[in-house]
Amino acid sequence: MCPRLTPASPAPTPSSRRRTALWRALPFLLPNLLGFLIFTFLPVLACFALSLTDYRLAPIAGFRDLAEQIEFVALDNFARLLGWHREDGLLVANDPEFWRYLGNTLFLMLGIPLSIAGSLLLALLLNQRLRGITIFRTIYFLPTVCSAVAVVIVWKWIFHSQPNEVGLLNSLLMGLGIPNPPDWLGSMAWAKPAFIIMTLWASVGGYNCVLYLAGLQSIPQELYEAADLDGAGPWARLRHITWPMLSPTTFFVVTMSIIAGLQGSFLFTAAFLMTGGGPAGATTTLMLYIYNYAISWHQLGYAAAVAVVLFSLVFTFTLINWRYGQRLVHYR
Amino acid sequence: MISSSAKRRHALLTVIAYLALSAVGATMILPLAWMISTSLKAPAYAVEFPPRWIPSEPATVQIDARECKLAEWTSRPGFSVAVLRYSPDGALVQVIAPPARAGERLTLPEDQLRTTREISFHWENYAEAWRARGVRVREAFFGLAKRVDGFLVFYLNSIIVTICITIGTVFTSSLAAFAFARLRFPGRDSIFLGYLATLMVPAIVMMLPVYALLSNLRLTNTYAALILPPMFSAYGTFLLRQFFMTIPQELEDAAVIDGASPFAVYRHIILPLSKPALATLTTFVFLHSWNDFLWPLMVVDRLALKTLPIGLAHFQDSYTTDYHLLMAASVIVMLPVLIVFIIGQRYFVRGIALSGMKG
Repeated sequence: MCPRLTPASPAPTPSSRRRTALWRALPFLLPNLLGFLIFTFLPVLACFALSLTDYRLAPIAGFRDLAEQIEFVALDNFARLLGWHREDGLLVANDPEFWRYLGNTLFLMLGIPLSIAGSLLLALLLNQRLRGITIFRTIYFLPTVCSAVAVVIVWKWIFHSQPNEVGLLNSLLMGLGIPNPPDWLGSMAWAKPAFIIMTLWASVGGYNCVLYLAGLQSIPQELYEAADLDGAGPWARLRHITWPMLSPTTFFVVTMSIIAGLQGSFLFTAAFLMTGGGPAGATTTLMLYIYNYAISWHQLGYAAAVAVVLFSLVFTFTLINWRYGQRLVHYR
Repeated sequence: MISSSAKRRHALLTVIAYLALSAVGATMILPLAWMISTSLKAPAYAVEFPPRWIPSEPATVQIDARECKLAEWTSRPGFSVAVLRYSPDGALVQVIAPPARAGERLTLPEDQLRTTREISFHWENYAEAWRARGVRVREAFFGLAKRVDGFLVFYLNSIIVTICITIGTVFTSSLAAFAFARLRFPGRDSIFLGYLATLMVPAIVMMLPVYALLSNLRLTNTYAALILPPMFSAYGTFLLRQFFMTIPQELEDAAVIDGASPFAVYRHIILPLSKPALATLTTFVFLHSWNDFLWPLMVVDRLALKTLPIGLAHFQDSYTTDYHLLMAASVIVMLPVLIVFIIGQRYFVRGIALSGMKG
């Protein structure tokens, strides 16, 4: 800390100065801190606590009956969630649905690398000095601004495929000479790809693209000029200048996308409104699973346990990423 | 001097770049255009194969070499029919004569008819969606309004909720960020660490206990439940604190020597210098709460309290197969945000770039 310019005055005792400092900071701090404690910080702790109970929310219960609703069950929820047992000599998960929905969540995340690659490609295109580029950038960003509910409703209509009512996508496919296009949202095999296509559309020109564009624009032009003098072609420039210079952006984009992908709020909206998680659970993600337990089935204890597992996944991933991913980043 | 072959190559690359940009742009626009197109179609023509982009419907049909308008008569010796209705399958006609077959209805398949189509935009779909009975609200706004159109209620709710959340977030987190960035007090760094720690936690982890708390206090289905919990995420405080840290200390010192109170420093030095960061936070919070689906879905099930996203979801439940109405409702929900975005997009895009720089 650098010494601050204050008029010479008898030095107050340290403890009284500290008290004054706290007194002065509190009015600034308190409104936000109180809300933060009540609605963010303590709930995180409470969620961990809830995950150790079998709390069932009775529809018209008040706090008076809380003791009757809550029973401490230690790690039972986690044993049910993550454990397995033997059945006819075979190992069977205690909650096979959880593993299935975890698999769904990870499968749907396969769209992330495609989306990031697409964002980079679009950013490279947008970075050309061409006229009218702002219009394209605006258009690409439109899906990000649109209400997810409206987007999902339109896509449901696009994917629609009933024998007598053919949606836009299948009409186009039939026009291209494909006689039996898939029943996108109604089939186990095609529901997930349909979700990935829709997510790609919604995300490729969004935040990641804008971040990449900002990253591209911050690369010093001299580097390219120097490369030109050395006779580097476009591919060499991309490989040896653009890509390494963008690596901090890539690191940020990958990290945020995977964290967002695990939580999957867009996919939650899609599953909730398009398929209800079906067919036969093919599009149920962990978020929808948590929602169903908490809201539809009132089993908050178990829902909290799934949420804690989701949190540990995000946490583990972030840790690994910071530990190892950062080695790949080229910092100036 | 640039050689002419290099020039030609440059022109070729430009054309390719434009083609690629336009192809992607068309893909982005298509679903939105399809939504608008469907929203303007007549109910009977919302579903057609092959799909038509410009809403149109048959205006005349040729029966026995005569062009007939809707509900017009046509006759030939011993046989006359009236055109009742057109459908994508063909024309429904009712036999007038001979008397033996009078009243009989036949569908003349379209491929045997020669129809001319007329472009017609059914703007009334929007009014119908807006006034739909399935989302009519009996009583809203603490009994101030009775029998209100659903989307009017959803709109007002969204506006109330979003404005409160945005103002609340920007105001309280800028105050707290000021304390973290510019004041010294015991425990400052550990409290801030607490804020940082929650940044990585999935939102659902906080939502579950808060939902339980609100249910037990019987506070679900209130504006407070919609507004208060989303107001205090650590994100806003974090973003602003990072920005406030970059403002030079000398400016503040000069004001302090002149006897400025911490609040004066906050109000007259820090805030005016932080306009870009404040604008970024405002846009993010606004957009996020305007489009938020999960939290309102959890805490509100009374129609009178629904915001636009969950109101639209409710509408979808009631009008699953009325595609023209569904699309009109979606446009109603989407349009204002699109307009705001297109007007302010420069600002917005700069904001994202700013928020990413810290990474």
